[in-house]
This record gives sequence, C-alpha cells and structure tokens, in this order.
Amino acid sequence: MNVQHNIESERMSFWERIYLPEIGRGLALTFKQMFKPTFTRQYPEEKWIPTGSYRGRPVLVLEEEGERCVACGLCSRVCPALAIEVRAAETDKVKERYPEKFEINMLRCIYCGFCEEVCPEEAIIMSKDYELVFTDPKDAILGKDKLLIPIAQLQDRLEFLRQYR
Amino acid sequence: MPQIIIDGQRIEAAAGATIIEAALLAEKTIPHFCWHPGLSVAGNCRMCLVNVGFPKKSPDGQPEIDSDGKIAIQWGPKLSIACATPVADGMVIDTEGQRTEHAQHAIMEFLLINHPLDCPICDEAGQCKLQEYAFMHSNGKSRFIEQKNHKDKRVPLGPNVMFDGERCISCSRCIRFADEIAKQPALTFVQRGDHVTIQTFPGMEFDSPYSMNVIDICPVGALTSIDFRFHSRVWEMSFTNSVCPGCARGCNVKLGIRDNELQRIEPRTNMHVNEYWMCDAGRLEQYPYVNDNRVIEPAIKGNSSDWKSALESCADILKAYKPSEIMIIGSARGTNEDIHATVKFARETVKTHNIDFLEHRDPIFADEFLRLADRTPNHAGAIALGLRPQDHGVNADNLAQRIVQHQVKVIIAVQEDIVGHPEFGANASTVEHIIAIASNHNATTQNASIVLPASTYAEVEGTFTNVDRRVQLIEPAVTTKENERYMGMKMSRWDKLGAFNDRWTQGERRNSRPTWKILTGISEACGHAMKFTSAEDVFNDISSHNQHFKGMNYASLEDNQGLRLDKASETEAKAVMYVSHVLKPQV
Repeated sequence: MNVQHNIESERMSFWERIYLPEIGRGLALTFKQMFKPTFTRQYPEEKWIPTGSYRGRPVLVLEEEGERCVACGLCSRVCPALAIEVRAAETDKVKERYPEKFEINMLRCIYCGFCEEVCPEEAIIMSKDYELVFTDPKDAILGKDKLLIPIAQLQDRLEFLRQYR
Repeated sequence: MPQIIIDGQRIEAAAGATIIEAALLAEKTIPHFCWHPGLSVAGNCRMCLVNVGFPKKSPDGQPEIDSDGKIAIQWGPKLSIACATPVADGMVIDTEGQRTEHAQHAIMEFLLINHPLDCPICDEAGQCKLQEYAFMHSNGKSRFIEQKNHKDKRVPLGPNVMFDGERCISCSRCIRFADEIAKQPALTFVQRGDHVTIQTFPGMEFDSPYSMNVIDICPVGALTSIDFRFHSRVWEMSFTNSVCPGCARGCNVKLGIRDNELQRIEPRTNMHVNEYWMCDAGRLEQYPYVNDNRVIEPAIKGNSSDWKSALESCADILKAYKPSEIMIIGSARGTNEDIHATVKFARETVKTHNIDFLEHRDPIFADEFLRLADRTPNHAGAIALGLRPQDHGVNADNLAQRIVQHQVKVIIAVQEDIVGHPEFGANASTVEHIIAIASNHNATTQNASIVLPASTYAEVEGTFTNVDRRVQLIEPAVTTKENERYMGMKMSRWDKLGAFNDRWTQGERRNSRPTWKILTGISEACGHAMKFTSAEDVFNDISSHNQHFKGMNYASLEDNQGLRLDKASETEAKAVMYVSHVLKPQV
C-alpha cells in the first residue's frame, strides 16, 4: 500500500494550529443554528404519520369476506430472515385454501418488503406501523389476530403499490 | 438397429422404439405431458411435436448436398409427435429448431387458455409440469381475452383422490393408469371440446389400492391427495430416498419432511422393484407409524430415564438370569443392521440359543401386482442373517409353553408387540421382565420393565432385503437427538435454519436410537462390547462375514439401486430412470 503521511494537503495551517480561532468558528456555527427554524418533533405526544411509500410492519389485508391470503407460502419462501411461518388448511369457500396459522417473528423481520413484492394476491403489505416495542420475545411473534388489518386502513399503501406495479 | 440423428447427435435406437424413447436413451427429454413409459401411448397432448425429416437423395441413390456443402434434408410437411412416431433408419429429428419451438409455444398457449392459473392455491405448484413448461417452452403470451371455462372443482374420484376439472389438461394419464396398471377402469372422459372433463362411471368409485399413483403422474394439480391437501408446499419439505416397510416388496419411496414430521410419501423409480408405482397403504399407514404415539424417552418401570441408566439396568437384569432363561424376539421389521446386531448380541453377549422372529402374514393384503402377504420389509434378510433359534432353543411357536413352565423368564422384544400378540400375548405379560425396544407405544411398552425408544425406518441409515432378495439402502429423513449431526444440511431450509427460540421448525426431537446402537449399548454395559460405531460399520461386518452379502457396500448399493443376495458381482443392465416431474433442486 502506498500510504503517504505528513503530506501538504493534510498538514494543518498556522491558524488551525493555534487552536483558539477554530474554537470560535465552531461556536459561531452552533449559535447560528439557534436562530434557524426547528425540525424536532415532540415524539410520543406528537406522532409522525408516514406516507404510503413507508415500509413499516408487514400486515395481512382483511376484506369483508375474510382474509385475502391463500397461504401459498411464497412470502415465507422469499423471506431472507425466515421471519414468516405459514400453515395452510382447507375451507369450503371458493378460494379453497386459507392460512390456519400465519406468524411473523418481528425480531427476525428486516422490513425489506420482499413478502409484499412476491405476494400474488396482494394480501401481505407493509403498513405505516413503526412502533414495535416488546418486553418479551414471545410477544414479538405476531399471529393472525394481530396481523389482520381491515382494508380501509391500508388504502394509502395499496394505492402506492398500484402506482408502481 | 436404425441409426437416427437427434439435434446433430447420431444415436443408435432400438428397432420399433419411438422417437421419445430413443431420445431418452440419449439423455434428451422431449417436452411431453401425456406420454409415460409405464403407460400406453395416447398422443393427445401434442406437446412432443418435433420436426422430422430424411436426407434427400438424388436419382443415383447418393445423398444430395446443399449449397453449404451439408447433406440436404427433406423435412416433413407437418411436425410429428415424438411419442407415437417409430424411429426409422436415417431419420433426422430436430427438437430445438424454430419450427418445433413455434409448435411448442402454440400448444402451451392452447393448454393455458382454460387453465385457471391458481398456482398459489394449487398443491402441485413447484413441481408442476405445466408450470415448468410455461417457463421453458412458452412465450408467456396469451391472445385469449374471453371468459375462461368453468368446471367442477373439488370432485372426489375415490376415497383418496380429489379431482379439479379446471386444472385438468386432459392428458388421460390417470385414465390409462386406471385401465392398465390399477386394472380398475373407473375413469373416463365425458363431454367434447373445451368442455371435456374426467368422471368416474356412474355408480363406480376409483378406490383401487393403487389409486394414489394418479396424483403423482398427473402433470398438473388436477388430481390431489385428499389426505395431504395443503399440508405443506413442496419446496418446504426435504426429500430423502427410502424404502417402504409396509410389505416384503420394498417399493422405493421418497419421504417428504417438514417440521421434523413425515408429510408426504412418493414412489421413486426403480425398474427392478416397483417401477414407478406404489400402493396407497404404503403411504397412508406410514404417517401414524412415524409421526404419532412415539416412545420418546427411555423408561425404567414407567418412569422416564436417561440412556446410561436404562442400558445399565438392562445389563443388571441380563446378568441376574441364566442365558437359557432369556428369550430374544428379533424383528423382520428392522434393517439388516438391526438383525445382525440382534443375532450377534444373542450369540456373543447373552450366549443364548433362544432367538426368533415373528412372521406377519396378511393374505388379504396381497394382490398380483405389488402388494404381498408378508407385511415385514426384511423377511429375507432375517433368514439370510440367521435370526432363528439354534440347538433346540426356544422359538416363537413353543414360547408360550416355555413361559408357563418357567423356563423363559426374560424377554427382549425388538420392535415387536409381544404382549399384544394373539397367540402368546397373555403368557408374555407374565414373565418376570420384558425389555422392550420399541418405536411406538403399545401393550408391550406398558408391561415392560425397561422401554428403550427405537428409531423407525425414517430415522435410520440401513438396508432392507426384499422378497426378491434385493438389498436396498435407506437413508434417515427425520431428525432425532441421535442423528442430529448426520442430518445437518439434509433438512429442509426451515428446519435447518430455525433457532431454538423459533416457534416453528424442528417439531418433536425424539431421544430415540437405531436398534443396532441400543443393542451395542446394552452389550457394552454387560462388558462384552460389540464395537460398532455406525450403520455402515455394521453392514461392512455383515458383508465380510456373511456369504450372502459378499461384495456389497453402501456405495455400490446406492449406485446400482440395490443388489441381490449372492449376486452382488453380477451387474444388471442399467435401466433408464424416467422421472415425470419433481421439485427442481434450488440453486
């Protein structure tokens, strides 16, 4: 390796070497920021609502007739972190297959959105939910009761997906 | 022998062979749906259309040369179906050219017109011939904008087979199978044109003992297993080669495992044994045997224990009695390795002549095709390895009498339910000690002093000797605590990569061991160690000491799809392995 030390461009100038003027410059920058508009949000009281393009917690779409998911298992196959487990079973409906068990381990999930991309039924989509705190690893495994969200709440994301499909 | 040229490759075909058969010998598979080597030729899917021609000849009989200096070919006016066109000397076949490809694309477009494309729901997805060809031999476009045809979905054709009319591509494989192999002509086409569908004849049910084979040969998901429906996707299972232990035929099978549970059994092609088929009982009877009611821990007098103390208390019992008071019931359900260890254990460790095995004959089960009355997979192996009493030792027939006379006080039951036996069951429960080596709970394990959990055929490496004296290799598919390291990367993706804190994967991890290993353990506790470290080790001991097994080893058994006793050196002609459609290995 051809590493050179103490080269002209890296050497400190005289003003830099005497140190105090540089302190002054730093403080000037700090004070200048105090008079600019603030962007900080008072988070727990004041919540941020993401746009449709945001990839939060993956959820299952719940329609009036029930879930859209047919338990094809593609999300489980494509998931790079193996976060999804699907167990299929048979129903008497026209779509004869449904997920008897659908679990996402949020400790494994990396929010890549591959599950959403691969889903042939548009049944699993990324929601706006980013508040994911668990006090027990067992709580982080979300079952169908927590995953199924009525379609009305997911319109933003569905519209966003349609735009780019 | 006619010489033909397929895609520029000159091959010699058998006289009377069809183009598709000749191509298969040259390891070239022509796309097809309805053709199956085990069935008659129907020629109705048209997928195997190929361009066939002959060299042009000038009037003097010499081949004509075209402007490029090559031999000119007179191609046929139309394409021919490779499954029904016999080869002729000098025939030139083009399976990859533009004309053939155009025909294949057209056929795929036709087949997909009324296909529902419900792959996310369909059980066949992942190993579907139509899916595969839609990628390989289709341009992926459809000009059909009208309403698709709707037919009956979910029609049970019999107790084990469900039919979906919309997915059917009318290849007639199932109809021909029912007529020719199952010998129960219950299925037929009804209606015409795009309304054509498959039905059973009125008042008939497709309930042949071989009915589930139609699920395997169906190139699409039109026929699904009522028993399996939606249990698992095909890519979620790991498939391991094994041999069916249901009867002495020893049909070659593949075991599909997910969550450490046996989900699916499929036949595996072996032209020497079962060809492409297996019976329904071979599948349906094995699931409960492997999955349910298993002995998972060693137990002493009903209290669960660990292996070390269980084996030591076995040794204590054996030491407390005279060898002539100990009876060993071996099992023709075990592998050759298990039987060899049993015989060796009886002769060298216990030094008893009282050793025998029980026959399980069920004449009702037998038929003229694959099923046999002998319900044990290794009867021939038990005979060849000498699992019989010596010097007037106690045998299975006089066991009851000897128990009453107090001449037999300890019974070691290897994978046999002796207390539940109709003949001497009542007597067997009165002996002083029963040591049960068992895989499933039964009357014997309830009465036993010591229960040692044995692995089933799905969890061990070993060999079975079938009725034709063919020794066939089985590999472990289900993971136990004992074979965990061996299984390693053989598990499915989910089972392999799941962590201990994942709620899925792994299923029940049983603390069972192969029978030969248990007996080795007892002999070690008795102080007469049989020095076996692996199943292969036991088999090498068999092949070096037993004349029948001479010249066999695991590698040669695998290469030759099994070898016959006494004939290990006679090489058989290698049969062409036809596999209709399987899950492709994932890259």
